[in-house]
Amino acid sequence: MIRLVLRDLALAVRAGGGFGLGLAFFLIVVVLVPFAVGPETARLTAIAPGILWLGALLACLLSLDRIFALDYEDGTLDLLACAPIPLEGVAVAKALAHWLTTGLPLTLAAPVLGIFLNLPAGGFGWLVVSLALGTPALSVIGAFGAALTVGLRRGGLLLSLLVLPLYVPTLIFGAEVARRGAEGLAVQGPLLLLAGVTAGALALLPFAAAAALRINLR
Amino acid sequence: MPSEPLLSLVDVACARGGVPVLSGVSFDIAPGEAVVLRGPNGSGKTTLLRTIAGLQPTLAGELRGATDDIAYAGHADGIKAALSVEENLRFWAEMFGTRDIAAALRAFDLEGLRGRAAQHLSAGQKRRLGLARLLVTGRAIWALDEPTVSLDTGSVGLFAAVLRDHLESGGAAVIATHIDLGFSARAVDVSGFRARAMARSGFDEAFL
Repeated sequence: MIRLVLRDLALAVRAGGGFGLGLAFFLIVVVLVPFAVGPETARLTAIAPGILWLGALLACLLSLDRIFALDYEDGTLDLLACAPIPLEGVAVAKALAHWLTTGLPLTLAAPVLGIFLNLPAGGFGWLVVSLALGTPALSVIGAFGAALTVGLRRGGLLLSLLVLPLYVPTLIFGAEVARRGAEGLAVQGPLLLLAGVTAGALALLPFAAAAALRINLR
Repeated sequence: MPSEPLLSLVDVACARGGVPVLSGVSFDIAPGEAVVLRGPNGSGKTTLLRTIAGLQPTLAGELRGATDDIAYAGHADGIKAALSVEENLRFWAEMFGTRDIAAALRAFDLEGLRGRAAQHLSAGQKRRLGLARLLVTGRAIWALDEPTVSLDTGSVGLFAAVLRDHLESGGAAVIATHIDLGFSARAVDVSGFRARAMARSGFDEAFL
C-alpha cells in the first residue's frame, strides 16, 4: 500500500503529473479576488477565510478525476484488482496520495496567500488547522466520486456534480473555524464537527469506493 | 497422470454488459497444463478470462481451487509512461511481495532497456514489459488475453520459452490466442458454450 502511495507521488511530480495544478489554481483565485472586490482591507479581512477555503476546495476538485481514471485507462486498475492488496486499500492509498499532492500543499500555502487577503494575525493558525483537518475529507470524498465515475469518458462534470454536495459540510465547518479563528471567537464547536465529518468520511468511504470500483471493473 | 487440478470451472456462466455470453463452461486446469481458448471475435474469450481472474462475478456456476493464485494480463499492459522499465516492474514486484526483477528482465530481453522511460518503448517492447510482470507476480495460474499481440517472431519465441518454463515448474495458464505457440496445449473452443438468449427477468444490469 505504501508502495502504491509512493508510486503515485512519483508519477505526480514527474512530467505531466499535474502536481502544481491545484496549487497554481489556488494562487490565481486568491490573487484575483482583491482585483475583483476592491482593495478595501476591511472588506478583504471579512471575506478572507471564506475565499481561502473556497479556493482550496475548488483546487482540490480540479485533480479528482485523475485519481482512478488514468489507472483505468492503461489497465493498471484491473491489475491492482488482482493484486494481493484489497481494493479498499487501493482506495485509501489513492486518496492519501491525492491528499499528499493536493491537500497538504494547499494547507501549507494557505497562510502565505492569507497575507494577500489581509487575514488577521490570529487567523493563520486556525486556518491551517481547519485545512489540515478538512482537506483529507475532500480527498476521500473525491476518491469515492472518482471511483463512481471511473468508467465514463470525460466523467469530470458528473464527478463534480456528485462530489460538490458532499463537500458542503466540510466547507461550512472548515470556513467557520477559519472565520471564528480570525475574529478571535471560540472555535470548538465547528472544529469538532469538521473533525467528525472527516473521521466519518475516512472510516466509511473507502469501502464505498471499493464497491463502486468492483462494479465499474466488470 | 491424475493430478489434482489447480483450478476447476464448474458450469460457469458469464455476462458482458448485462448480456449473458457464455454458459455451462466446465473444464479443469492441472498443474503444468496450458489451456488455449479459441473462438471467433466476440465469442466471450476475454469475458471468460476476466471471470477467471475474479474481475467480474460469475452469473452461474463457480470457480474452484486456487482462485487467489491467478495473474491476469489483458489487452492493456498497465504500464506507466512516466516511469522507467525497471520502476514499472519493481512496482509490481513489490505489490506482489516479490523482490527479484532481474530474472524477469532477462527472460524478456529487457535488460538493455531497464533505464528507459516506458513512454519511449515500442508497442512490442511494452508488451514484453507487460508479460515480464507475470514473472514477478509469483502466481501459479496465468490468465492471458491475446499475449502475443504486437510481438515479433523472436519475442513470441521468448514468450513461448517463458511459458514452457512456467508450466514445467508446476504453473498453469489459460490463454486466449489465435496463434500457435509451438507446444501442445489443450484447446477449448468457447463458441461451443454460447449462452442461449436467456430471457432474464427482473433487474437489468445493462440499463445501468
